Amino acid sequence: MSELILKAESLSACYGRVEALSDVSLQVARGEIVTVVGANGAGKSTLLQSILGAVSPKAGKLTFAGQDITRWPIYRRIEEGLVLVPEGRRILVSMTIEENLLLGAHMRRDKIAVRREIGGIYDRFPNLAQRRNHNASCLSGGEQQMLALGRALLAKPQLLMMDEPSLGLSPLFVQRLFELIQAYNREGLSILLIEQNTANALRIAHRATVLELGRVALEGDAASVAGSTGLQEAYLGGTSREVMEVDHKRKSVGRRS
Amino acid sequence: MSGYQTGIIVLLALNTIAAYGVYLPMSAGQLNLGIAGFMAIGAYAAAYLTNACGWPPSAAIGAGGATAAILAFAVAMPMLRTQGIYLSLATFALGQVISAIFLNLDIVGGAAGYPVATHIEASVVVSAATLVVSLVWLMSTTRLTVYFAAVKNDPLVADLLGLNVKALGVAALTVGAGIAGVGGALYAHYFNYIEAQYFGVMLSTYTVLYVLLGGTQSVWGPLVGAAIFTLVPEALRSSSQWRYAIFALFIIVFMALRPQGLLTRGLSRQRTQARAQSGSTNS
Repeated sequence: MSELILKAESLSACYGRVEALSDVSLQVARGEIVTVVGANGAGKSTLLQSILGAVSPKAGKLTFAGQDITRWPIYRRIEEGLVLVPEGRRILVSMTIEENLLLGAHMRRDKIAVRREIGGIYDRFPNLAQRRNHNASCLSGGEQQMLALGRALLAKPQLLMMDEPSLGLSPLFVQRLFELIQAYNREGLSILLIEQNTANALRIAHRATVLELGRVALEGDAASVAGSTGLQEAYLGGTSREVMEVDHKRKSVGRRS
Repeated sequence: MSGYQTGIIVLLALNTIAAYGVYLPMSAGQLNLGIAGFMAIGAYAAAYLTNACGWPPSAAIGAGGATAAILAFAVAMPMLRTQGIYLSLATFALGQVISAIFLNLDIVGGAAGYPVATHIEASVVVSAATLVVSLVWLMSTTRLTVYFAAVKNDPLVADLLGLNVKALGVAALTVGAGIAGVGGALYAHYFNYIEAQYFGVMLSTYTVLYVLLGGTQSVWGPLVGAAIFTLVPEALRSSSQWRYAIFALFIIVFMALRPQGLLTRGLSRQRTQARAQSGSTNS
Protein backbone atom coordinates (compact mmCIF):
# COMPACT_ATOMS: atom_id res chain seq x y z
CA MET A 1 0.00 0.00 0.00
CA SER A 2 1.21 3.49 -0.78
CA GLU A 3 1.83 6.15 1.86
CA LEU A 4 -0.97 6.75 4.34
CA ILE A 5 -2.58 10.19 4.43
CA LEU A 6 -4.87 9.46 7.37
CA LYS A 7 -4.64 6.90 10.10
CA ALA A 8 -7.23 6.75 12.86
CA GLU A 9 -6.46 4.27 15.61
CA SER A 10 -9.03 3.03 18.12
CA LEU A 11 -11.17 6.18 18.15
CA SER A 12 -13.92 6.36 20.76
CA ALA A 13 -16.34 9.23 21.19
CA CYS A 14 -19.36 9.86 23.40
CA TYR A 15 -22.40 12.09 23.54
CA GLY A 16 -22.97 12.34 27.25
CA ARG A 17 -22.97 8.74 28.42
CA VAL A 18 -23.94 7.29 25.07
CA GLU A 19 -21.01 5.89 23.19
CA ALA A 20 -21.27 6.91 19.53
CA LEU A 21 -17.93 5.46 18.42
CA SER A 22 -16.04 2.69 20.06
CA ASP A 23 -12.61 1.52 19.03
CA VAL A 24 -12.90 2.54 15.39
CA SER A 25 -9.76 2.33 13.26
CA LEU A 26 -9.55 3.58 9.71
CA GLN A 27 -6.87 4.26 7.15
CA VAL A 28 -6.80 6.24 3.94
CA ALA A 29 -3.84 5.96 1.59
CA ARG A 30 -2.84 8.84 -0.69
CA GLY A 31 -4.94 8.88 -3.85
CA GLU A 32 -7.59 6.58 -2.44
CA ILE A 33 -11.35 6.89 -2.13
CA VAL A 34 -12.44 5.28 1.10
CA THR A 35 -16.12 5.12 1.97
CA VAL A 36 -17.74 4.61 5.34
CA VAL A 37 -21.25 3.22 5.14
CA GLY A 38 -23.75 2.11 7.73
CA ALA A 39 -27.28 2.63 8.95
CA ASN A 40 -28.57 5.79 10.60
CA GLY A 41 -26.97 6.27 13.99
CA ALA A 42 -24.03 4.01 13.19
CA GLY A 43 -21.61 6.83 14.06
CA LYS A 44 -20.53 7.87 10.56
CA SER A 45 -20.91 11.62 11.08
CA THR A 46 -19.37 11.40 14.53
CA LEU A 47 -16.37 9.70 12.97
CA LEU A 48 -15.84 12.58 10.51
CA GLN A 49 -16.42 15.20 13.19
CA SER A 50 -13.84 13.47 15.38
CA ILE A 51 -11.31 13.38 12.57
CA LEU A 52 -11.87 17.11 11.88
CA GLY A 53 -11.72 17.94 15.58
CA ALA A 54 -15.26 19.28 16.00
CA VAL A 55 -15.96 16.40 18.39
CA SER A 56 -13.15 15.53 20.75
CA PRO A 57 -12.67 11.80 20.95
CA LYS A 58 -12.49 10.14 24.34
CA ALA A 59 -9.70 7.88 23.26
CA GLY A 60 -7.65 7.03 20.22
CA LYS A 61 -4.99 8.54 18.02
CA LEU A 62 -5.12 10.45 14.73
CA THR A 63 -2.21 10.70 12.33
CA PHE A 64 -2.49 12.92 9.27
CA ALA A 65 0.27 13.16 6.65
CA GLY A 66 2.71 11.71 9.14
CA GLN A 67 1.88 14.08 12.01
CA ASP A 68 0.04 13.32 15.22
CA ILE A 69 -2.98 15.65 15.05
CA THR A 70 -4.99 14.16 17.92
CA ARG A 71 -4.82 17.36 19.99
CA TRP A 72 -4.82 19.89 17.15
CA PRO A 73 -7.56 22.52 16.88
CA ILE A 74 -9.80 22.46 13.80
CA TYR A 75 -8.11 25.34 11.99
CA ARG A 76 -4.68 23.71 12.12
CA ARG A 77 -6.06 20.50 10.65
CA ILE A 78 -7.68 22.48 7.84
CA GLU A 79 -4.44 24.40 7.24
CA GLU A 80 -2.71 21.08 6.89
CA GLY A 81 -5.25 20.00 4.25
CA LEU A 82 -7.86 18.02 6.17
CA VAL A 83 -11.13 19.52 4.91
CA LEU A 84 -14.79 18.62 5.44
CA VAL A 85 -17.83 19.17 3.23
CA PRO A 86 -20.44 19.15 6.01
CA GLU A 87 -23.70 17.24 6.01
CA GLY A 88 -26.54 19.22 4.46
CA ARG A 89 -24.00 21.39 2.58
CA ARG A 90 -24.32 24.32 5.04
CA ILE A 91 -23.99 27.00 2.39
CA LEU A 92 -24.39 30.54 3.76
CA VAL A 93 -27.49 31.47 1.80
CA SER A 94 -27.51 35.17 2.64
CA MET A 95 -24.00 35.59 1.28
CA THR A 96 -22.98 35.63 -2.36
CA ILE A 97 -21.62 32.61 -4.18
CA GLU A 98 -18.24 34.28 -4.46
CA GLU A 99 -18.14 35.10 -0.75
CA ASN A 100 -18.97 31.49 0.04
CA LEU A 101 -16.03 30.39 -2.07
CA LEU A 102 -13.69 32.97 -0.50
CA LEU A 103 -14.70 31.68 2.90
CA GLY A 104 -13.24 28.31 1.98
CA ALA A 105 -9.89 29.96 1.23
CA HIS A 106 -9.78 32.05 4.37
CA MET A 107 -6.56 30.51 5.67
CA ARG A 108 -4.59 31.11 2.52
CA ARG A 109 -2.28 34.04 1.89
CA ASP A 110 -1.60 33.25 -1.79
CA LYS A 111 -4.41 35.44 -3.06
CA ILE A 112 -3.44 35.25 -6.71
CA ALA A 113 -3.57 31.46 -6.67
CA VAL A 114 -6.94 31.61 -4.87
CA ARG A 115 -8.29 33.90 -7.62
CA ARG A 116 -7.07 31.49 -10.27
CA GLU A 117 -8.61 28.49 -8.51
CA ILE A 118 -11.93 30.30 -8.13
CA GLY A 119 -11.75 30.84 -11.89
CA GLY A 120 -11.15 27.12 -12.30
CA ILE A 121 -14.20 26.31 -10.20
CA TYR A 122 -16.31 28.71 -12.26
CA ASP A 123 -15.07 26.98 -15.43
CA ARG A 124 -16.14 23.65 -14.02
CA PHE A 125 -19.49 24.94 -12.72
CA PRO A 126 -20.78 27.61 -15.13
CA ASN A 127 -24.03 27.81 -13.13
CA LEU A 128 -22.04 29.26 -10.25
CA ALA A 129 -20.10 31.65 -12.48
CA GLN A 130 -23.23 33.25 -13.91
CA ARG A 131 -24.57 34.09 -10.46
CA ARG A 132 -21.33 34.72 -8.61
CA ASN A 133 -22.60 37.99 -7.15
CA HIS A 134 -26.03 36.68 -6.23
CA ASN A 135 -26.98 35.28 -2.86
CA ALA A 136 -26.41 31.55 -2.63
CA SER A 137 -30.12 31.18 -1.77
CA CYS A 138 -30.82 31.29 -5.53
CA LEU A 139 -29.08 27.95 -6.05
CA SER A 140 -30.79 24.57 -6.30
CA GLY A 141 -29.80 21.80 -3.90
CA GLY A 142 -27.45 20.31 -6.45
CA GLU A 143 -25.82 23.62 -7.23
CA GLN A 144 -25.41 24.25 -3.51
CA GLN A 145 -23.59 20.94 -3.24
CA MET A 146 -21.27 22.04 -6.04
CA LEU A 147 -20.67 25.30 -4.17
CA ALA A 148 -19.97 23.41 -0.93
CA LEU A 149 -17.52 21.23 -2.85
CA GLY A 150 -15.86 24.27 -4.43
CA ARG A 151 -15.61 25.99 -1.06
CA ALA A 152 -13.88 22.92 0.40
CA LEU A 153 -11.51 22.60 -2.58
CA LEU A 154 -10.36 26.20 -2.09
CA ALA A 155 -8.95 25.18 1.28
CA LYS A 156 -6.43 23.08 -0.71
CA PRO A 157 -7.36 19.71 0.77
CA GLN A 158 -4.97 16.79 0.82
CA LEU A 159 -7.84 14.70 2.13
CA LEU A 160 -11.41 15.73 1.38
CA MET A 161 -14.04 14.38 3.75
CA MET A 162 -17.62 14.43 2.51
CA ASP A 163 -20.57 13.83 4.83
CA GLU A 164 -23.55 12.48 2.89
CA PRO A 165 -23.04 14.67 -0.18
CA SER A 166 -25.86 12.99 -2.14
CA LEU A 167 -28.46 13.72 0.54
CA GLY A 168 -31.58 15.30 -0.97
CA LEU A 169 -30.22 15.53 -4.51
CA SER A 170 -32.03 14.47 -7.67
CA PRO A 171 -30.78 11.20 -9.23
CA LEU A 172 -29.26 13.17 -12.10
CA PHE A 173 -27.23 15.32 -9.73
CA VAL A 174 -26.21 12.31 -7.66
CA GLN A 175 -24.81 10.79 -10.83
CA ARG A 176 -22.93 14.01 -11.66
CA LEU A 177 -21.64 14.32 -8.09
CA PHE A 178 -20.16 10.85 -8.04
CA GLU A 179 -18.52 11.47 -11.42
CA LEU A 180 -17.03 14.65 -9.98
CA ILE A 181 -15.69 12.88 -6.93
CA GLN A 182 -14.02 10.36 -9.20
CA ALA A 183 -12.63 13.10 -11.41
CA TYR A 184 -11.05 14.95 -8.50
CA ASN A 185 -9.71 11.67 -7.17
CA ARG A 186 -8.05 10.94 -10.52
CA GLU A 187 -6.36 14.34 -10.20
CA GLY A 188 -4.77 13.04 -7.01
CA LEU A 189 -7.18 14.06 -4.25
CA SER A 190 -7.68 11.52 -1.45
CA ILE A 191 -11.31 11.21 -0.39
CA LEU A 192 -13.11 9.92 2.67
CA LEU A 193 -16.77 9.60 1.76
CA ILE A 194 -19.70 8.93 4.04
CA GLU A 195 -22.84 7.84 2.29
CA GLN A 196 -26.31 6.48 2.77
CA ASN A 197 -26.30 5.83 -0.95
CA THR A 198 -24.33 2.64 -0.38
CA ALA A 199 -24.46 1.22 -3.88
CA ASN A 200 -23.02 4.32 -5.53
CA ALA A 201 -20.43 4.86 -2.82
CA LEU A 202 -19.16 1.28 -3.05
CA ARG A 203 -19.06 1.54 -6.84
CA ILE A 204 -16.58 4.45 -6.85
CA ALA A 205 -14.61 3.66 -3.68
CA HIS A 206 -11.42 1.65 -3.50
CA ARG A 207 -11.95 0.50 0.02
CA ALA A 208 -14.89 0.51 2.40
CA THR A 209 -15.63 0.34 6.09
CA VAL A 210 -19.03 -0.65 7.41
CA LEU A 211 -20.00 0.85 10.75
CA GLU A 212 -22.64 -0.72 12.97
CA LEU A 213 -23.63 0.89 16.27
CA GLY A 214 -20.33 2.74 16.50
CA ARG A 215 -18.13 -0.24 15.75
CA VAL A 216 -16.40 -1.44 12.63
CA ALA A 217 -18.51 -4.35 11.41
CA LEU A 218 -16.66 -5.00 8.19
CA GLU A 219 -13.84 -3.56 6.13
CA GLY A 220 -11.97 -4.34 2.97
CA ASP A 221 -11.97 -3.75 -0.77
CA ALA A 222 -15.10 -1.93 -1.86
CA ALA A 223 -15.96 -4.72 -4.27
CA SER A 224 -15.68 -7.45 -1.68
CA VAL A 225 -17.65 -5.43 0.88
CA ALA A 226 -20.35 -4.83 -1.72
CA GLY A 227 -20.60 -8.55 -2.38
CA SER A 228 -20.54 -9.71 1.21
CA THR A 229 -23.52 -10.66 3.31
CA GLY A 230 -21.97 -8.75 6.21
CA LEU A 231 -23.09 -5.46 4.65
CA GLN A 232 -26.74 -6.41 4.80
CA GLU A 233 -26.32 -7.70 8.31
CA ALA A 234 -24.81 -4.39 9.40
CA TYR A 235 -27.88 -2.59 8.12
CA LEU A 236 -30.49 -5.10 9.27
CA GLY A 237 -28.72 -7.03 11.95
CA GLY A 238 -28.06 -5.87 15.49
CA THR A 239 -31.71 -5.83 16.46
CA SER A 240 -33.33 -2.83 14.89
CA ARG A 241 -34.79 -2.08 18.29
CA GLU A 242 -31.29 -1.55 19.67
CA VAL A 243 -30.50 0.87 16.84
CA MET A 244 -33.59 2.89 17.56
CA GLU A 245 -32.78 3.13 21.23
CA VAL A 246 -29.31 4.46 20.62
CA ASP A 247 -30.68 6.90 18.07
CA HIS A 248 -33.27 8.08 20.55
CA LYS A 249 -30.73 8.59 23.30
CA ARG A 250 -28.44 10.52 21.02
CA LYS A 251 -31.24 12.87 20.08
CA SER A 252 -32.19 13.48 23.66
CA VAL A 253 -28.61 14.37 24.51
CA GLY A 254 -28.62 16.76 21.58
CA ARG A 255 -26.68 16.06 18.42
CA ARG A 256 -23.66 18.23 17.93
CA SER A 257 -23.17 17.48 14.27
CA MET B 1 -23.39 78.55 10.01
CA SER B 2 -25.69 79.20 12.94
CA GLY B 3 -25.05 77.66 16.33
CA TYR B 4 -28.22 75.64 15.93
CA GLN B 5 -27.06 74.10 12.66
CA THR B 6 -23.64 73.35 14.12
CA GLY B 7 -25.32 71.65 17.07
CA ILE B 8 -27.33 69.42 14.73
CA ILE B 9 -24.27 68.44 12.75
CA VAL B 10 -22.38 67.55 15.94
CA LEU B 11 -25.35 65.50 17.11
CA LEU B 12 -25.41 63.72 13.77
CA ALA B 13 -21.68 63.02 14.00
CA LEU B 14 -22.00 61.65 17.55
CA ASN B 15 -25.02 59.51 16.64
CA THR B 16 -23.18 58.16 13.61
CA ILE B 17 -20.18 57.13 15.71
CA ALA B 18 -22.44 55.39 18.25
CA ALA B 19 -24.31 53.67 15.40
CA TYR B 20 -21.08 52.14 14.09
CA GLY B 21 -20.30 50.99 17.63
CA VAL B 22 -23.53 48.96 17.43
CA TYR B 23 -23.10 47.99 13.78
CA LEU B 24 -19.79 46.14 14.14
CA PRO B 25 -20.94 43.62 16.74
CA MET B 26 -24.27 43.31 14.91
CA SER B 27 -22.47 42.35 11.70
CA ALA B 28 -21.08 39.41 13.70
CA GLY B 29 -24.52 38.49 15.05
CA GLN B 30 -24.45 40.30 18.42
CA LEU B 31 -27.25 42.70 19.34
CA ASN B 32 -25.51 45.03 21.78
CA LEU B 33 -28.09 46.77 23.96
CA GLY B 34 -25.50 48.25 26.30
CA ILE B 35 -23.68 50.58 23.95
CA ALA B 36 -24.47 53.59 26.17
CA GLY B 37 -22.46 51.93 28.94
CA PHE B 38 -19.36 51.82 26.72
CA MET B 39 -19.98 55.44 25.71
CA ALA B 40 -20.14 56.36 29.40
CA ILE B 41 -16.80 54.68 30.05
CA GLY B 42 -15.19 56.57 27.18
CA ALA B 43 -16.77 59.84 28.32
CA TYR B 44 -15.83 59.57 31.99
CA ALA B 45 -12.35 58.17 31.38
CA ALA B 46 -11.46 60.91 28.89
CA ALA B 47 -13.04 63.66 31.03
CA TYR B 48 -11.10 62.50 34.08
CA LEU B 49 -7.85 62.48 32.09
CA THR B 50 -8.28 66.07 30.83
CA ASN B 51 -9.70 67.40 34.12
CA ALA B 52 -7.54 65.70 36.71
CA CYS B 53 -4.43 64.63 34.79
CA GLY B 54 -4.13 67.54 32.37
CA TRP B 55 -4.01 65.36 29.24
CA PRO B 56 -4.57 67.05 25.87
CA PRO B 57 -8.09 66.25 24.61
CA SER B 58 -6.97 64.23 21.56
CA ALA B 59 -4.93 61.83 23.70
CA ALA B 60 -7.68 61.65 26.31
CA ILE B 61 -10.34 60.86 23.71
CA GLY B 62 -8.18 58.08 22.29
CA ALA B 63 -7.59 56.75 25.78
CA GLY B 64 -11.33 56.89 26.46
CA GLY B 65 -11.96 54.66 23.45
CA ALA B 66 -9.18 52.33 24.54
CA THR B 67 -10.60 52.07 28.07
CA ALA B 68 -14.02 51.08 26.73
CA ALA B 69 -12.40 48.55 24.41
CA ILE B 70 -10.32 47.06 27.23
CA LEU B 71 -13.38 46.64 29.42
CA ALA B 72 -15.29 45.02 26.54
CA PHE B 73 -12.38 42.69 25.91
CA ALA B 74 -12.31 41.73 29.59
CA VAL B 75 -16.02 40.87 29.75
CA ALA B 76 -16.28 39.45 26.19
CA MET B 77 -15.28 35.88 27.01
CA PRO B 78 -17.89 35.27 29.73
CA MET B 79 -20.54 37.28 27.86
CA LEU B 80 -20.06 35.45 24.58
CA ARG B 81 -20.83 32.17 26.28
CA THR B 82 -24.40 33.34 25.82
CA GLN B 83 -25.98 33.77 22.42
CA GLY B 84 -28.82 35.60 20.74
CA ILE B 85 -31.35 37.22 23.03
CA TYR B 86 -29.41 36.16 26.13
CA LEU B 87 -26.32 37.94 24.88
CA SER B 88 -28.46 41.04 24.29
CA LEU B 89 -29.74 40.80 27.85
CA ALA B 90 -26.18 40.47 29.13
CA THR B 91 -25.07 43.59 27.24
CA PHE B 92 -28.18 45.42 28.45
CA ALA B 93 -27.40 44.51 32.06
CA LEU B 94 -23.76 45.53 31.64
CA GLY B 95 -24.83 48.94 30.31
CA GLN B 96 -27.11 49.44 33.30
CA VAL B 97 -24.40 48.39 35.75
CA ILE B 98 -21.86 50.79 34.22
CA SER B 99 -24.35 53.66 34.33
CA ALA B 100 -25.17 52.88 37.96
CA ILE B 101 -21.50 52.78 38.92
CA PHE B 102 -20.85 56.25 37.49
CA LEU B 103 -24.00 57.52 39.19
CA ASN B 104 -22.45 56.56 42.52
CA LEU B 105 -18.82 57.38 41.79
CA ASP B 106 -18.13 60.58 43.71
CA ILE B 107 -14.69 61.12 42.18
CA VAL B 108 -16.47 62.03 38.90
CA GLY B 109 -19.33 63.96 40.47
CA GLY B 110 -21.77 61.15 41.17
CA ALA B 111 -25.41 62.07 40.64
CA ALA B 112 -24.58 65.77 40.34
CA GLY B 113 -22.85 65.19 37.02
CA TYR B 114 -19.31 65.93 35.96
CA PRO B 115 -18.30 69.23 34.34
CA VAL B 116 -15.55 68.92 31.71
CA ALA B 117 -13.17 71.87 31.54
CA THR B 118 -11.57 71.31 28.14
CA HIS B 119 -13.66 72.17 25.10
CA ILE B 120 -13.26 70.78 21.58
CA GLU B 121 -14.61 72.42 18.44
CA ALA B 122 -17.40 70.98 16.32
CA SER B 123 -14.90 70.40 13.54
CA VAL B 124 -13.01 67.93 15.74
CA VAL B 125 -16.18 65.90 16.35
CA VAL B 126 -17.05 65.89 12.66
CA SER B 127 -13.50 64.90 11.67
CA ALA B 128 -13.54 62.06 14.20
CA ALA B 129 -16.87 60.82 12.84
CA THR B 130 -15.49 60.93 9.30
CA LEU B 131 -12.47 58.98 10.47
CA VAL B 132 -14.64 56.32 12.14
CA VAL B 133 -16.83 55.93 9.04
CA SER B 134 -13.73 55.67 6.84
CA LEU B 135 -12.12 53.07 9.08
CA VAL B 136 -15.26 50.92 9.22
CA TRP B 137 -15.60 51.26 5.45
CA LEU B 138 -11.97 50.21 4.98
CA MET B 139 -12.63 47.22 7.21
CA SER B 140 -15.66 46.33 5.10
CA THR B 141 -13.43 45.93 2.05
CA THR B 142 -11.38 43.23 3.78
CA ARG B 143 -12.21 39.58 4.29
CA LEU B 144 -13.03 40.30 7.90
CA THR B 145 -16.56 41.32 6.88
CA VAL B 146 -17.10 37.96 5.23
CA TYR B 147 -15.91 36.18 8.38
CA PHE B 148 -18.21 38.25 10.58
CA ALA B 149 -21.10 37.47 8.25
CA ALA B 150 -20.26 33.76 8.38
CA VAL B 151 -20.21 33.82 12.19
CA LYS B 152 -23.54 35.67 12.17
CA ASN B 153 -25.27 33.40 9.67
CA ASP B 154 -24.04 30.00 10.79
CA PRO B 155 -21.57 29.82 13.70
CA LEU B 156 -21.40 26.05 13.40
CA VAL B 157 -20.30 26.03 9.78
CA ALA B 158 -17.90 28.90 10.49
CA ASP B 159 -16.33 26.61 13.08
CA LEU B 160 -16.19 23.67 10.64
CA LEU B 161 -14.48 25.93 8.08
CA GLY B 162 -11.79 26.61 10.66
CA LEU B 163 -12.75 30.20 11.54
CA ASN B 164 -11.99 31.15 15.12
CA VAL B 165 -15.59 31.95 16.03
CA LYS B 166 -14.79 33.03 19.57
CA ALA B 167 -11.95 35.37 18.60
CA LEU B 168 -14.05 36.98 15.87
CA GLY B 169 -16.89 37.55 18.35
CA VAL B 170 -14.53 39.10 20.90
CA ALA B 171 -13.00 41.32 18.19
CA ALA B 172 -16.39 42.58 17.01
CA LEU B 173 -17.56 43.41 20.54
CA THR B 174 -14.24 45.04 21.49
CA VAL B 175 -13.86 47.22 18.41
CA GLY B 176 -17.52 48.26 18.64
CA ALA B 177 -17.04 49.26 22.28
CA GLY B 178 -13.88 51.19 21.39
CA ILE B 179 -15.78 53.21 18.77
CA ALA B 180 -18.58 53.88 21.24
CA GLY B 181 -16.00 54.97 23.82
CA VAL B 182 -14.54 57.50 21.40
CA GLY B 183 -18.07 58.76 20.74
CA GLY B 184 -18.70 59.21 24.47
CA ALA B 185 -15.36 61.01 24.94
CA LEU B 186 -16.17 63.43 22.11
CA TYR B 187 -19.61 64.07 23.60
CA ALA B 188 -18.04 64.90 26.98
CA HIS B 189 -15.60 67.43 25.53
CA TYR B 190 -18.02 69.10 23.16
CA PHE B 191 -20.87 69.62 25.65
CA ASN B 192 -18.46 70.02 28.62
CA TYR B 193 -20.82 68.28 30.99
CA ILE B 194 -21.76 64.64 31.47
CA GLU B 195 -24.15 62.85 33.77
CA ALA B 196 -24.64 59.14 34.23
CA GLN B 197 -28.39 59.28 33.52
CA TYR B 198 -27.74 60.38 29.93
CA PHE B 199 -25.98 57.08 29.17
CA GLY B 200 -29.10 55.03 29.83
CA VAL B 201 -31.46 52.63 28.10
CA MET B 202 -32.89 55.25 25.75
CA LEU B 203 -29.51 56.09 24.25
CA SER B 204 -28.70 52.42 23.67
CA THR B 205 -32.14 51.76 22.19
CA TYR B 206 -32.03 54.74 19.84
CA THR B 207 -28.58 53.77 18.62
CA VAL B 208 -29.76 50.24 17.85
CA LEU B 209 -32.72 51.75 15.98
CA TYR B 210 -30.41 53.83 13.76
CA VAL B 211 -28.67 50.67 12.67
CA LEU B 212 -31.84 48.61 12.19
CA LEU B 213 -33.54 51.37 10.21
CA GLY B 214 -30.52 52.05 8.04
CA GLY B 215 -29.89 48.37 7.49
CA THR B 216 -27.28 45.98 8.84
CA GLN B 217 -26.26 44.55 5.49
CA SER B 218 -24.51 47.58 4.09
CA VAL B 219 -21.68 49.51 5.69
CA TRP B 220 -23.57 52.76 4.87
CA GLY B 221 -26.73 51.62 6.66
CA PRO B 222 -25.84 53.04 10.10
CA LEU B 223 -24.89 56.39 8.56
CA VAL B 224 -28.20 56.69 6.72
CA GLY B 225 -30.16 55.50 9.77
CA ALA B 226 -28.44 57.97 12.08
CA ALA B 227 -29.02 60.78 9.59
CA ILE B 228 -32.75 60.05 9.29
CA PHE B 229 -33.23 59.70 13.04
CA THR B 230 -31.28 62.88 13.76
CA LEU B 231 -32.50 65.17 11.01
CA VAL B 232 -36.19 64.26 10.63
CA PRO B 233 -37.14 64.89 14.29
CA GLU B 234 -35.23 68.20 14.11
CA ALA B 235 -37.13 69.20 10.99
CA LEU B 236 -40.37 68.36 12.80
CA ARG B 237 -39.41 70.19 15.98
CA SER B 238 -41.10 73.46 15.05
CA SER B 239 -44.26 71.80 13.76
CA SER B 240 -47.21 70.38 15.65
CA GLN B 241 -46.69 67.52 18.08
CA TRP B 242 -48.73 65.25 15.83
CA ARG B 243 -45.90 65.10 13.36
CA TYR B 244 -43.88 63.09 15.92
CA ALA B 245 -46.65 60.55 16.11
CA ILE B 246 -46.64 60.37 12.33
CA PHE B 247 -42.86 59.87 12.35
CA ALA B 248 -43.24 57.03 14.87
CA LEU B 249 -45.96 55.48 12.74
CA PHE B 250 -43.73 55.78 9.70
CA ILE B 251 -40.99 53.86 11.50
CA ILE B 252 -43.38 51.08 12.51
CA VAL B 253 -44.74 50.73 8.99
CA PHE B 254 -41.27 50.96 7.50
CA MET B 255 -39.87 48.21 9.69
CA ALA B 256 -42.89 46.04 8.96
CA LEU B 257 -42.49 46.46 5.21
CA ARG B 258 -38.71 46.44 5.12
CA PRO B 259 -37.32 44.57 8.12
CA GLN B 260 -33.89 44.34 6.48
CA GLY B 261 -33.53 48.14 6.72
CA LEU B 262 -33.23 50.85 4.12
CA LEU B 263 -29.96 49.83 2.48
CA THR B 264 -29.42 46.21 1.53
CA ARG B 265 -26.62 44.37 -0.18
CA GLY B 266 -28.91 43.61 -3.10
CA LEU B 267 -29.52 47.32 -3.57
CA SER B 268 -25.86 48.29 -3.57
CA ARG B 269 -25.08 45.36 -5.86
CA GLN B 270 -27.74 46.46 -8.36
CA ARG B 271 -26.22 49.91 -8.40
CA THR B 272 -22.73 48.58 -8.93
CA GLN B 273 -23.97 46.41 -11.77
CA ALA B 274 -25.92 49.27 -13.33
CA ARG B 275 -22.79 51.42 -13.17
CA ALA B 276 -20.71 48.64 -14.69
CA GLN B 277 -23.23 48.22 -17.50
CA SER B 278 -23.49 51.91 -18.29
CA GLY B 279 -19.69 52.03 -18.16
CA SER B 280 -19.38 49.26 -20.72
CA THR B 281 -21.91 50.84 -23.08
CA ASN B 282 -20.10 54.16 -22.88
CA SER B 283 -16.73 52.70 -23.74
